[in-house]
Amino acid sequence: MSDMISPTPLSWREWLMTERPGSRTQARLGRTYTTWLRFCENKLALLGLLILLLLLLTAAFADLLAPYSPYIGNLKDERLLAPSALHWFGTDDQGRDILSRVIYGSRLTLFVVILVAIIAAPVGLLIGTVSGYAGGWIDAVLMRITDIFLAFPKLVLALAFVAALGPGIENAVLAIAITSWPPYARIARAETMTFRNADYISAVQLMGASPMRIVLRHIMPLCMPSLIVRVTLDMAGIILTAAGLGFLGLGAQPPLPEWGAMIASGRRFILDQWWVAAAPGAAILIVSLGFNLLGDGLRDALDPKEEGR
Amino acid sequence: MKPLLDIEDLRVTFPGRSGPIQAVRGVSLKLGRERLGIVGESGSGKSQTGRAIMGLTPPQATVTAKKMMFNDIDLLTASPKQRRSLRGKQMAMILQDPKYSLNPVMTIGRQIIETLKTHEKVSRAEARDRALAMLEAVQIREPKRVFDLHPHEVSGGMGQRAMIAMMLVAGPELLIADEPTSALDVTVQLEVLAILDRLVADRGMGLLFISHDLRLVSTFCDRVIVMYAGKIVEELASADLANAQHPYTRGLLNSLPRIGQDRHPLPVLDRKPEWAL
Amino acid sequence: MSPIPTQAGAGRTSARARSLFLATVRFLVIVVTTYLGLLAVTFFIGRVIPIDPVLAVLGDRAPQRVVDRVREEMGLNLPIYQQFFIYVKGALQGNFGTSVLTTNQVMDDIRRVFPATIELATLGTIIGALFGIPLGVLAAVKRGSLADQIVRVIGLIGYSVPIFWLALLSLVVFYAKLQWAAFPGRVDVVYEYSFTPVTGFYLIDATMQGAWDVLWDLIRHIALPAGLLGYFSLAYISRMTRSFMLNELSQEYIVAARAKGLSETRIIWGHALRNAAVPLVTVIALSYAGLLEGSVLTETVFAWPGLGLYITNSLQNADMNAVLGGTIVIGSVFIAINLLSDLLYRTLDPRTRTR
Repeated sequence: MSDMISPTPLSWREWLMTERPGSRTQARLGRTYTTWLRFCENKLALLGLLILLLLLLTAAFADLLAPYSPYIGNLKDERLLAPSALHWFGTDDQGRDILSRVIYGSRLTLFVVILVAIIAAPVGLLIGTVSGYAGGWIDAVLMRITDIFLAFPKLVLALAFVAALGPGIENAVLAIAITSWPPYARIARAETMTFRNADYISAVQLMGASPMRIVLRHIMPLCMPSLIVRVTLDMAGIILTAAGLGFLGLGAQPPLPEWGAMIASGRRFILDQWWVAAAPGAAILIVSLGFNLLGDGLRDALDPKEEGR
Repeated sequence: MKPLLDIEDLRVTFPGRSGPIQAVRGVSLKLGRERLGIVGESGSGKSQTGRAIMGLTPPQATVTAKKMMFNDIDLLTASPKQRRSLRGKQMAMILQDPKYSLNPVMTIGRQIIETLKTHEKVSRAEARDRALAMLEAVQIREPKRVFDLHPHEVSGGMGQRAMIAMMLVAGPELLIADEPTSALDVTVQLEVLAILDRLVADRGMGLLFISHDLRLVSTFCDRVIVMYAGKIVEELASADLANAQHPYTRGLLNSLPRIGQDRHPLPVLDRKPEWAL
Repeated sequence: MSPIPTQAGAGRTSARARSLFLATVRFLVIVVTTYLGLLAVTFFIGRVIPIDPVLAVLGDRAPQRVVDRVREEMGLNLPIYQQFFIYVKGALQGNFGTSVLTTNQVMDDIRRVFPATIELATLGTIIGALFGIPLGVLAAVKRGSLADQIVRVIGLIGYSVPIFWLALLSLVVFYAKLQWAAFPGRVDVVYEYSFTPVTGFYLIDATMQGAWDVLWDLIRHIALPAGLLGYFSLAYISRMTRSFMLNELSQEYIVAARAKGLSETRIIWGHALRNAAVPLVTVIALSYAGLLEGSVLTETVFAWPGLGLYITNSLQNADMNAVLGGTIVIGSVFIAINLLSDLLYRTLDPRTRTR
């Protein structure tokens, strides 16, 4: 009790954890800090974060990390070599170093994931918030469309889209994005419904704000936390779908070092030279595991009612 | 006469973020075949006291006591299996809201029969007859119809009667009623209380009535225990309530509205930290 | 909530009939719009996206004469809404055109290959539910324990692993190294003609005909793909079971059940799981649908002659009619499963049954 009066400056921790924050920023930082503390208690979630940080670093410094070129191999005498000190993950049928290809492949994975998130999340957010805020027949129609898309087989639909658009990584991204927005719309709508009639929204309405302004400035930010969690959890699925398209030859085209396509090319030698397919598959597994762990941890940290039990 | 329940220095401890937290801190009580009320505000430990007696303390918490006798059974040394065979058969508990405390996907009849079948070897027909008789005993007019209903199909008052039937069908000697009427409408409250009162009296059971409602407890019970912060602050006969000594009890009493008295400003409960020591 | 009035009169029955009628209408609207939506999307994919749908169907080596005839047949000279109308009419009759690859009617092809997929997905779901539910229950009951952690990791890996990769690795281990599983395919050529497919579900056919050596061969073929799909289904089902069970176990009626003196076994399996079963039905249905879809990747690896393999083969040969036909069939099954699980949910939960 006495140090509250004493002039000794508070430590950062105390400042953040105070019961009586002096400003909005302090309160917000304090909340973020407690969420972070909760998140840190979850060792698996930290592991997930670590994996994704490694993915980012790998993608950023692929040029420095990769020991060989991902595209040019030694066709003459380095085809299908088993893992060794020279080639940690072995070489593929073109004599290319698999480790280098896996390292460069991280760029493609990030490209796909980020692009899908950038396309699908805003679409879902917009449809969900408009639907939830407008209500009435707009809501009915938009939600019916969302439900229709939710009832579709995502992978098969993505396949059909790519089949029509033509194979390629951009078309794969587009196809995945088209099939993955509906859950975001549902979440955003559910969130919107909970604060549509809140007093602070009425206050903004009374001040004469247009519906568009209310949705964009007041409702959308409130939907973000749950949306971010859901997108993070979906990332793993997106990676797997992209890899599946790559595996079927519909995603990234050779010679791009896309992990799914690498597995497809290793398929022919799977019984004798298993390592060609093993390394890229393991990379997919680790990265999507990272996203799943992080998503789980985020959900638990942001949703205290689960955590208490 | 030997008491039905004899407890000395009961403590229930929960692990907390910053060290263990004692929800119940040294409660001692004796209960014969009488109606004993426990009153206190939320978090005073009254519910945890009841659950500790039943052996329904959450697994992360620990229960300790100097003495915890039920009839001739030492509850402290009894095995979990023994405790289980006591529950429902010799001691039972009624929970607050029938909306949540009855299994939503099971018919009322099956839930009553289940209690019987757990403790006695009875034929199907006999179990059904006894369940129907029990429903009649809690004054349900059409027991046969209610028997086949699901909990969501009956009102709160009827649900709580079904709950009482389910808990009393195997004939326990001790009944712990944890806020049994708080979730009900005021008019229904009295009905349910009357039913409970008659059954307890007819069967000669001991009743531990847990509530936050001091007036209700004082009219319904023989004796009242007032709990605050996990401890008993006062114990007195219902008739002597007006002479309560402890300032907390007096505070609770003062908060009761009285006709013809000016209620401005509303009295506020005064909580002194030294009471919790 | 009030007790059901005893003076059940004509007013109540008509109100109930009305609400039943409304529910039926709602149901029909959902079925029709969802199916139309599916057809609209496939129409869009097949007819609008490609610059020349004829080329997309025939490939670019077809002679001009054929191209013109097909253009006429596909009704491409008609306005787009009429085209869509004809398309919907055809699809409802099960007419998806002819496959370029097999030269058969797409619907006939699908009828031939679909049982193999159903057999695989059903077996996978059975395995998933059989192991997933007990594992989820165990994890929930022993929350925070080592068992819980293990179940969690098993589930997380199932969520994260690329199915085709795991399929390839399992071939290396169980076929090449251990020789437990048979070579990819559905049945050995030796046995191909030693029994007559009646239902199209070979496991059932062989059992009914008492062809035990064939049955054994079939099992050796289906074990790996079904086991793998079962693992994926298990990952999903166990995780959801755990979360539903945790929710149920924290409810007050569990405390009441304990106060009645019920054994933990009875409380867990008889009370908590019985309540968790209501949402679990949806989960199992969704997982079944997911396996149908997952078969596209699994069947490719295991050369399993089902709809998934048919679709991928058609994809590789730019056979759009077949691809879209397969998409519509899988989509229809998806819609049907969704609706079915909704209905099942209603029958399982007494709270939704009346009213």
